[in-house]
Amino acid sequence: MTTTLTDAPPTKEPDAPPRKARRRGRLVPYWLLLPGILWLVVFFALPLVYQASTSVQTGSLEDGFKVTWHFATYWDALSDYWPQFLRSVMYAGSATILCLLLGYPLAYLIAFRAGRWRNLILVLVIAPFFTSFLIRTLAWKTILADGGPVVGALNSLHVLDVTSWLGVTEGDRVLATPLAVICGLTYNFLPFMILPLYTSLERIDGRLHEAAGDLYARPSTTFRKVTFPLSMPGVVSGTLLTFIPAAGDYVNADLLGSTDTRMVGNVIQTQFLRILDYPTAAALSFILMAAILVMVTFYIRKSGTEDLV
Amino acid sequence: MAAFFRWLSGKFVVIAGLLTLAYLLLPNVVVTVFSFNKPKGRFNYAWQDFSLDAWKDPCGVADMCGSLSLSLQIAAWATIGATVLGTMIAFALVRYRFRARGAVSSLIFLPMAMPEVVMAASLLTLFLNMGAQLGFWTILIAHIMFCLSFVVTAVKARVMSMDPRLEQAAQDLYAGPVQTFVRVTLPIAAPGIAAGALLAFALSFDDFIITNFNAGSTVTFPMFVWGSAQRGTPVQINVIGTAMFLVAVVLVLGGMIVSKRRNKQSA
Repeated sequence: MTTTLTDAPPTKEPDAPPRKARRRGRLVPYWLLLPGILWLVVFFALPLVYQASTSVQTGSLEDGFKVTWHFATYWDALSDYWPQFLRSVMYAGSATILCLLLGYPLAYLIAFRAGRWRNLILVLVIAPFFTSFLIRTLAWKTILADGGPVVGALNSLHVLDVTSWLGVTEGDRVLATPLAVICGLTYNFLPFMILPLYTSLERIDGRLHEAAGDLYARPSTTFRKVTFPLSMPGVVSGTLLTFIPAAGDYVNADLLGSTDTRMVGNVIQTQFLRILDYPTAAALSFILMAAILVMVTFYIRKSGTEDLV
Repeated sequence: MAAFFRWLSGKFVVIAGLLTLAYLLLPNVVVTVFSFNKPKGRFNYAWQDFSLDAWKDPCGVADMCGSLSLSLQIAAWATIGATVLGTMIAFALVRYRFRARGAVSSLIFLPMAMPEVVMAASLLTLFLNMGAQLGFWTILIAHIMFCLSFVVTAVKARVMSMDPRLEQAAQDLYAGPVQTFVRVTLPIAAPGIAAGALLAFALSFDDFIITNFNAGSTVTFPMFVWGSAQRGTPVQINVIGTAMFLVAVVLVLGGMIVSKRRNKQSA
């Protein structure tokens, strides 16, 4: 990552004589890159190094922390907080699947069937972003309130029986259960699923559908063999854009959940900002980062869209 | 029968799509309705009585409008910073060949593929190690950092689709490099830059997780909302949320109508 920087500075000569104009021309990209890349190196990459070092430090807030290569912090963090890690993956995974199931029809609708309503619906998909997501997440507290119409309807349709059998709700409550957290995560990251799906669906040549129809494919077959495979880039980037932020989120678990729904983000936040146990927090955050990078790399390889970046 | 199923599957997409849209918009409806509520107690979660009190006195809550203006200021500066730096990187990536291209691309991509909480926590470790005073500047630094990649992506897409012959034509007509850039390149790239800037503004204004870690005792608007979720939610929060939503929708729809009219004129 730092190679760009070590490339650029030795050769920079602000007052280069005119005969070096051609050489200076070659330096233009480095000058363009320098400020932004420097910013990312200092405030994105370097902090990760600091975090790695913090995670192997021991000490206390009063006496200061020292690097002691105490790798046991990682082991302790994992053995103390593996339920939260597991929960993060499960909640984020469920939310991602729900986003795909809910988002695909809407993206399809915008891309192929909205006609002159297309732009209006697109605006409506992005519009919620204009209201602070915390305010909108708090609104779910009202919507899912105990004894409210939504919970009442779910109860009379016996949906809550199914969800409590699945272990994501308890009794006739939705608020402060895993279901509420998953529902909040799904809601918050749905646009990140819809927009890439729409972009890749919109690029599909409509004549391919006609061709499939001409060859006597039923609509469902056309979808399975033509539309869906061609929308794979959107599915992959949509699931990544949903899963990654959802796995690190702690806002939904805090506002809509209970102490039994704490995710790894909540633990990192508490350790860092309240308990001030920096090594444990750094180790947890490092494990989260590594886990996500490994999962994402594996997923991109598996789905065969490596030109995504 | 097949026709019936085709009809049903066609309608299925429409119905399911509209239901998803309703799911997306329901919280905004609730936020708007509850901006007219007169709650009993400190929390605005249950409907009591219709009232215009909050709309008449939007800044009636201590510290809320201060945090709002702080958020707007930070978002404005973060937008300027991220847009300038990001546009420069985007041009370098599309227009030039240079060494370590792959490393630069992954350094741009990684912040977008990293959970916010990881960036937030690691940046705080850096600031603590440097002994930096947490507040306005640390928030601004963090916001420019995470908005940068999104600006690069937005501008890059636009610059890549530009026809290089337009710039060659300008140079053939004896325009200097600066003139070519200002009169030809920049106007064509403008929509991409504007999209990147808008995205940066929205991301910065609404950011909570990274700000929460790096703000110290400074309170931005999202942090004010977070704090009020613990202490009691004033109705004024909903007023601000509703107003922001309306302003943004009107601006976007207005912009769409203007550009449509312009297209008609030029056609």
